[in-house]
Parts: sequence; C-alpha cells; structure tokens
Amino acid sequence: MSANKESWGSRVGLILAMAGNAVGLGNFLRFPVQAVQNGGGAFIIPYLVCFLVMGIPLLWIEWSMGRFGGKFGHHSTPFIVDTMHKNRLWKYIGVFGIWTNIAVAAYYCYIESWTLSYMLHSVVGTFEGMDQDAVAAFFNSYISIGKSTLGIPLEPIVFYVLCLLLNTFILSQGLSGGVERVAKVGMPLLILFGMFLAYKGVTITAGVDGAINDSSVGLNYLWTPNYEQLWSPSVWLAAAGQIFFTLSVGMGTVHCYASYVRSKDDIALNAMSAGWMNEFVEVVLGAAILIPISIGYLGIERVTELVQLGGLGLAFKTLPYLFFQWGDVLGAISGVMWFGLLFFAGITSSLAMGTPWMGFLQDEFNWGRKASAWSFGIIVFVLGMPTVLFFKYGVFDEYDYWAGTVSLVVFALFESILFAWVFGMKKGWREITSGSDIKVPGIYKFIIKFITPLLLLWVFVGSLVTPKGGDWGAAFSGNWVLDDSSIIKKMMNSSLKKELAEAIAAVNPAEVERLQNTLFYVNASRVLLIAVFLSIALLVYVAYKKRVREGKI
Amino acid sequence: MNTSALIIMLTTIIMVTGLTIYFFYKVLSTPPRPEPDSYIDNDDEPERQLPKS
Repeated sequence: MSANKESWGSRVGLILAMAGNAVGLGNFLRFPVQAVQNGGGAFIIPYLVCFLVMGIPLLWIEWSMGRFGGKFGHHSTPFIVDTMHKNRLWKYIGVFGIWTNIAVAAYYCYIESWTLSYMLHSVVGTFEGMDQDAVAAFFNSYISIGKSTLGIPLEPIVFYVLCLLLNTFILSQGLSGGVERVAKVGMPLLILFGMFLAYKGVTITAGVDGAINDSSVGLNYLWTPNYEQLWSPSVWLAAAGQIFFTLSVGMGTVHCYASYVRSKDDIALNAMSAGWMNEFVEVVLGAAILIPISIGYLGIERVTELVQLGGLGLAFKTLPYLFFQWGDVLGAISGVMWFGLLFFAGITSSLAMGTPWMGFLQDEFNWGRKASAWSFGIIVFVLGMPTVLFFKYGVFDEYDYWAGTVSLVVFALFESILFAWVFGMKKGWREITSGSDIKVPGIYKFIIKFITPLLLLWVFVGSLVTPKGGDWGAAFSGNWVLDDSSIIKKMMNSSLKKELAEAIAAVNPAEVERLQNTLFYVNASRVLLIAVFLSIALLVYVAYKKRVREGKI
Repeated sequence: MNTSALIIMLTTIIMVTGLTIYFFYKVLSTPPRPEPDSYIDNDDEPERQLPKS
C-alpha cells in the first residue's frame, strides 16, 4: 500500500499553490526583457494567442492527466503516463517530469538564495550610498564567493544551504500543511509587494529623486507596438517560449498537484483561475516594475544595453541601486519588497519541483513524507553545488538550457501527442470536462488535437534548427545557416569553440585557459545531467518490476 | 505615452485583470460538492455531508 496520504486543504489553497508554481522569477525578469526584444507592445499579441492555443490547452492536458493518474494512486509523471497507454515505454518519457524538476531546482534554489540574501542586505543597508558600478561589483563578488559585507564566510553557499533547508522543511510538512500554507501567505504578499512597486514604477517623474525620465518613457518603450515584428517567426517562437516558462508546463509539477484532486472535482475552472492569475502577475505587475523603473533612472540607451544581458542583471545589479534613489528608508523597504516578491515567486515554484520526486518515492517505494523530502534536499544540494562553485564557467546556464528550456518543450510535445492522439481526444475531453464548473468551449477539442501539438512541434524544430540571426526568410530561400543559439549548435559548443579559436589567435593565454575550463565544465555538467536522468529511469524500471512482482500490473 | 502604446497597454491590463478576477470569483462563488471531496479543511462541516440513506 502506498505511503502517500497527501491531500489539499482547500480549493483556494490548491489554486494559489498552482498559481505559485507557475509564477516564478521569469514573470518579473524574463517577460519584460522578452517583450522589449521582440516588438514591444506587438509582442503581447503573439504572447496572448500562444496562451490561448498552447498555454490553456497544456494546462488542461496536464491537470486532467494528473487527476487521471491520481485515480490509480500515481502522483508522478512516469506512472501517470503509464496509465494512459499500454506501451510500457511511455513511463520513461515520464522520467522528464521528475528529472526536469530536480535539475531545475538545483540552480533555481541558488537564485532563490540570492533573493533571500539580498533581502537581508537591503535591510542592513549594504547598498546605501553605493553607485551603480559598486552594486554590480557587489553582485559579481557575491557569486564568485568573494568577501561579503555580512562577514559570513562562503556567504552564497550558506544562503543556498539555508534556502534548501527551508524548502526541505516545508516539503516535509506535506501538501496542505506545508506547500499550501506557504502559497496562501506568499501569493497575496507577492501581489501586494508587486502592486506597491508597480505603483512606484508608473509614477516616476523626471527630475525627482534623480530620475531622468517620466515613467511614460519606459512604458512607451515596453508597450509601443512594432507591428513589422509581428510577422517574424522568431517573435512568435519567443512568445511561445515565454508561455512555456511562465506557466511551468512540461515540467510534471502540474500533473503532481492535480493528481491529488478527485475525479468528481473540477479541474477546468481551477486551471483557468491559476493560469490567469499567473498572467496577471506577469503582464500587469511584471511589466510595470523592471523596465519603467530602470528607464526612469538610466535612460533608454543604457537599459537597451542591459537587457541584452538578461533580466537577472537588471534585478540584482541595477535595481538595488535605483531603489536607494528614493531615500534610505524607502530604498530599504523597496529592496525588501522586490527581493521578497522574487523570493515568494521562487519558493512557491521550487516547492512544486520537490513534489513529483516525493510522490514517486511515496507511491513506489513506500517512503515517508519526511524521508522523501530530505532525499530531495540532499539530491538538489549535490546537483546544485556545481552551479554555485562553477557559476562563472557556465554550469548554471547549462542546467538552465537543457533542463529548464529544452526538456520542457520535449516533454510537453510528447504529452500533447499522448493525450490527444494516443490516449485519444474522446477520453481526453471527458477527463477535462468531468466535474467541470465551467463550460469548456468545444473549439478546444480541435485546438488540443491539432493546433497545440503542431505549435509545440514548431517550437521544438524552430529551436533545434534556428537560422542565423533568426532570419527565417533567408533560411527558407535555401540559405539555412544555423544560429549559435540553436539546439544543434549548442550541443556542438560552437559558440564556445569559436571564442576559444579567437582567444588562441589573439594569443591570450588567460582567456584560453578560462574558455578551456568552461568547455570542460559545460561538458561535465551535461554528463552529470544525463547520469541523473538515467538514474531516475533505472528507479522507474525497478519500481515497475516491483509492481509486477506485487501483482499490481 | 503615445496613443498606440496606451491602447495596447490598457486593453491588455483590463482584459487580463478582468479575466483573473472573473475566474477567481467564479471559484469562490461555486458551491462546493458534498463530501468526500478533494479538500480536507471542510471535511467536518455538517452541511457538506451527504444525507444518510
């Protein structure tokens, strides 16, 4: 008999936990940068279209797959997908739904630990009186495990371990006693902090507190539509990609949470409520903070430079400095709110990442809740330490790329085909609408069967063979040169090898050594990730054999 | 703000906020199903029990 006795406390708690799973750092850091880089206001059109034809269908698919698997006592994707078709190989596809979470948690908890640390630094006034360069230098020193003003030796490691302990402890309290309780506190606070910062973001006046632009300049920069870009496949690809990351689909966490819902209870409305809540946080709050505040104080040119480096740089190297333009007290409060909302966004997602692994151990090997939570914490620590220690060698980015990007698309593609074509749309539709508190529009039968898998296939192929500079026109006219960002080129380390060749040609031994080390660590992290995947697949095989021995299959 | 940016921003914000509130309100206003349901916090509420046959 399974040791898994978890359940949700309340419907609102489940929705907040599911929304918390979806709302992550990307809502505040990735979305505004993607929007700026892909047509400004025009980005929102493909973004919302992709939400309607890919995001919502995937949410319904994952919720109903989870609830369906839960009927048979499965709470992790390997055996959830195994119940949907007699082919025994499906459960190995389901391994993605555990592996992704462990691998993503390993580096995600590291960023989460930065937010925890930066909250404390905001309170003790570390950033008071610092100029922008000093704040940026502080971050660089922090991640290189340099000296910190708190005087704690190995500060990033200490905060990383603290963060993991916190996650493990909450997970060990179970779904309703731990995860749900955190979501019920964390989500309202996140929205409250977000609303305060959004208000500050949209009320900046040029000339006040050192601002050089009104908020409207930043909002114009973000929202002015460049309709020409609307026809670019790269923009649509970016929009579809953003929908993926923002909804946490293709990970296995939604399946796991939904597997604790009984078959007579609604999932269609729950999915819509949690999904739109995530959109509110991303589009309404996320768009009103990072870019308007940065442009208000730094100007468009500087921010255009900074967004090329991604949202993390703006969040940790720039905003702490900008907040202190509002005065020491408000600067400290805003810092706590900013890193606090990032922390809540992070922890509600990282907690979700622990549950599929715990569900798997509880279901298959009768592990207790505490033991399975601690095993998650230990595995994430072991897998995550390379991202902490070798951050500058690209280990962190490597985990993010393979586990946090490629793997999501692969798994979502497989699950959409399994659901619509293998399990069958007739049974699938029954699963989505069973117990539903809303009328699910019939058009979604067609969308789930045809549009969603095709869109996912396009996202996958588009990422696999991205043409140079995203120039699809040139690619289709016969000149298909792969971009260094394509999966194939990434796999071949083309960009790194090119840089290495240039460093050798320029006779720069220090740079050559750094790039050779980077190449080594990049390859080593891939081997590590593959080893983890194979180990989980082996455990799934052992669990399957155990089931056969016990006569459960 | 320029007009096109303002139109896109306001339309998006109103639509997303409206739908978020609408679906969450619908969750709150939908009467719960009788026990046993998926949620344990309300297990002991007398009005939620199935009538004994």
